[in-house]
Amino acid sequence: MTEFTPYSAIFGGALLGLSALLLLVLNGRIAGISGIIRTVLMTGDGGGSWRWFFLLGLVLAPLVAPYHAELPESIHVSWYLILPAGFLVGLGSALGAGCTSGHGICGIGRLSGRSLTATFTFMATAMVVVYLLRQLMSVLTA
Amino acid sequence: MQLLIALFCGVLFGLGLLVSQMANPDKVLSFLDISGHWDPSLLLVMASALFVYIPGYFLLVKRREKPLVAEGFSLPQKQQIDKPLLLGAVVFGAGWGLAGICPGPAMVNLSGGDVKIFAFIAFMLAGMWCSGLISRWKP
Repeated sequence: MTEFTPYSAIFGGALLGLSALLLLVLNGRIAGISGIIRTVLMTGDGGGSWRWFFLLGLVLAPLVAPYHAELPESIHVSWYLILPAGFLVGLGSALGAGCTSGHGICGIGRLSGRSLTATFTFMATAMVVVYLLRQLMSVLTA
Repeated sequence: MQLLIALFCGVLFGLGLLVSQMANPDKVLSFLDISGHWDPSLLLVMASALFVYIPGYFLLVKRREKPLVAEGFSLPQKQQIDKPLLLGAVVFGAGWGLAGICPGPAMVNLSGGDVKIFAFIAFMLAGMWCSGLISRWKP
């Protein structure tokens, strides 16, 4: 359970938008992380491509982050959930050609109907899954 | 130059996920859990990102023929809302709901060294690989 954090949400969100916008204005590329990972995975994409550098930047970010923007200390999600979660996230983003960054920011940011539809669909599905999971947990622990 | 820009944008994107706390699965799950103590932060993160991206796209991208340091824009051309899009979004949403982790935050969490993140990414790559099998399968 977490509290609403409007200021860090606005500031962090602006950084996300700025990063995605710079990548498009300067390099002409979409900051769709699942697509970047998939292209690298499927084609190798050459060791020196921009995709590898973008992913490297993501991995390095915590090392240059200010002390109050650190990584969570540990991942609380159980093993039973995290493995199927990973598989479904990979499969779904590949089939649906995008994830939260590609559809949710870059796609909606270009007012794409496909991305708007995809984002509403995966957000609603995730909410239903979380709801069912919480209900199931409360039944199991009752 | 394009590589340096990509690296810089990657770091900036990662910082955005960290500052907004979207790299924390608990924070994402608190947004997705509308029946509990709802935390709308994720919605504000997205709104704020779009507040920067949308005007930037229309003022700086749409009016230009090509980007500043590359030969052309690589934009998705598809416009049709088809079955793979909807099916993929449902499958992706189910996975996102199970753990509160999507591809960006997974990459950012790598340096935390939690073995669960490595496992998540391994299974994510397996899922991406399997999608190739599905799209080649014509009954």
